[in-house]
Amino acid sequence: MTMLASKRLWLAVLAWGITLVMFFPIFWMFLTGFKTEAAAVATPSLFFSPTLESYMAVLERTDYLKFAINSVIMAFGSTALALLIAVPCAYSMAFLPTPRTKGTLLWMLSTKMLPPVGVLMPIYLIFRDTGLLDSQLGLVIVYTLMNLPIVVWMLYTFFKDLPKDILEAGRMDGAGTSQEIIYLLLPLTLPGIASTGLLAIILSWNEAFWSLNLTSYDAAPLTAFIASFSSPEGLFWAKLSAASTMAIAPILVFGWLSQKQLVRGLTFGAVK
Amino acid sequence: MATLQLKQVVKEFGDARVIKGVDLEVHDREFVVFVGPSGCGKSTLLRMIAGLESTSSGDIVIDGERINEVAPADRGLAMVFQSYALYPHMTVEDNMGFSLRLAGVAKAQRREKVLAAARILQLEPLLDRKPKALSGGQRQRVAIGRAIVRNPSIFLFDEPLSNLDAALRVKMRIELARLHDELDATMIYVTHDQIEAMTMADKIVVLQNGLVEQVGSPMELYHHPRNLFVAGFIGSPKMNFLEVRVIGAGPDGVTIELPSGATCEVPVAGEGLAAGSTLTLGIRPEHLYESEQAVVEGEIVVIERLGGETCLYLQAGDDSMTVVTDGDVAHRVHDKVSLAFEPRRAHLFDAEGDALPSLHRHPLAAMKRGENRASSSPTPDDQ
Repeated sequence: MTMLASKRLWLAVLAWGITLVMFFPIFWMFLTGFKTEAAAVATPSLFFSPTLESYMAVLERTDYLKFAINSVIMAFGSTALALLIAVPCAYSMAFLPTPRTKGTLLWMLSTKMLPPVGVLMPIYLIFRDTGLLDSQLGLVIVYTLMNLPIVVWMLYTFFKDLPKDILEAGRMDGAGTSQEIIYLLLPLTLPGIASTGLLAIILSWNEAFWSLNLTSYDAAPLTAFIASFSSPEGLFWAKLSAASTMAIAPILVFGWLSQKQLVRGLTFGAVK
Repeated sequence: MATLQLKQVVKEFGDARVIKGVDLEVHDREFVVFVGPSGCGKSTLLRMIAGLESTSSGDIVIDGERINEVAPADRGLAMVFQSYALYPHMTVEDNMGFSLRLAGVAKAQRREKVLAAARILQLEPLLDRKPKALSGGQRQRVAIGRAIVRNPSIFLFDEPLSNLDAALRVKMRIELARLHDELDATMIYVTHDQIEAMTMADKIVVLQNGLVEQVGSPMELYHHPRNLFVAGFIGSPKMNFLEVRVIGAGPDGVTIELPSGATCEVPVAGEGLAAGSTLTLGIRPEHLYESEQAVVEGEIVVIERLGGETCLYLQAGDDSMTVVTDGDVAHRVHDKVSLAFEPRRAHLFDAEGDALPSLHRHPLAAMKRGENRASSSPTPDDQ
């Protein structure tokens, strides 16, 4: 075995090791969902007779579909809205920069460093007074604003990689700003936009702080659905696991289907 | 008909003045080349004409109409970029037809116009390909084709050949010159390569630091450079410069004394020059020849043999000089050579670097590129 081959082998072992460590809790949660409550708290074992009992109980007690639909609407809605705002924003920052552009970008990112709980009170009061509490629209707005800095940043870096000449050639050919964006910018940076959108969807889907505080029932997404199982009656591991599995399943499948797009988008600038 | 006038055009980026008041007249069907060292403002000037860069002050006039505030696409211009700037996600046909598509031209008509342009550039077999499946030269031709399809009144070229290898560059140079004759269009071409400027231009505009140093035909710039900068920039290898002393000035020229002590009379207008004042003598390497009546003597430091000709780099006293001579000279390094030149080939520059006007115009100084050929050029049907 050459040095290079052994190095590659070790790297592979390391990568698999890290992957297994990271994946193990999810795997265990998945297994626990198929156990009875008694088996779930018993000595951990890989061997048990699987049962759908917990799933049945969860579906019986709550309206899973309603939560799931809320999650889908809010994740996709907020992402679409964020992209709609961020594309023109990133366009102007990337192609018509002013001396303040860099500062604005940093300021936008700095808002992500603020702990959300710090603004919980004002936002809660605003939502209460405008009737946005426990509404899908309310959470769509919050998720859009929450993801906007990241979305603008990512789009900005993708757009910056696009040679300016191409847009200028478009302008010489008679394209206005909107045509430039639709016919040239969007198709050419589609992998980047797709991966940005995917990331925003995943972040919105997994968001729990705002959804738990601003919704109660009508607009509650899957994160609230999970939380409802760690509730007053005490911990029911099997049911909680079953609910969690159901909550992450859609986004997991979605992420797996789009992983090619994600990887391509995230390495867009590197390989050109 | 397409003429262009620049009137006191100025471009400022913040406090920096990049174009400092340029006046220029481009005639119909002229091939004008902007040339100058990098950073001289030639590309900025072209982009201002294109409308991609705003004009801080002054007027840009096309066909008698001031177009400072007109959008790039409405100026009737087409531009070929240094990077080609093809749309990577479109086929060659779509690339060339994009402007028509934006203008709402029907598909059949679009195709017809694209095909016509493709025929001129022999691009027909490539119409379905994407840019990444093309070679550099083919991409270049597509970029030119995209410009042709727009049927512009003026073509703008921004260093279009600098990304090509040397052999292809020569080929494209010839093709562009042919295209200029065939399309009978006005063309403005930016380059830092003085050979491209010399070979293609009807009129060369030499720029430095945002100012026009000289405008003229290639032969005029070569034979009658207006100042030291143009003299040094046009011609390769570069013109030799020597400091000389004035002995006397009369109606037939200025008599000077060279560093070697030799004297000669250069036929330039310099009446009123005081004896004893210093001037700069300029003499091109190809105008120096070996002679018994040596005016300059030097020792060879480096020899470059190009086959057809040989470049000798000499040390003559404190001055280094270059001589272009016959390909078959048998000299070796450290040989001593005696050189002379015809006084009418020499240039004299005053302390400000301005040339003293020559008393004799060179017969070819007014010649344009178009006049090199016989009167009728072959049309595409003849090929």
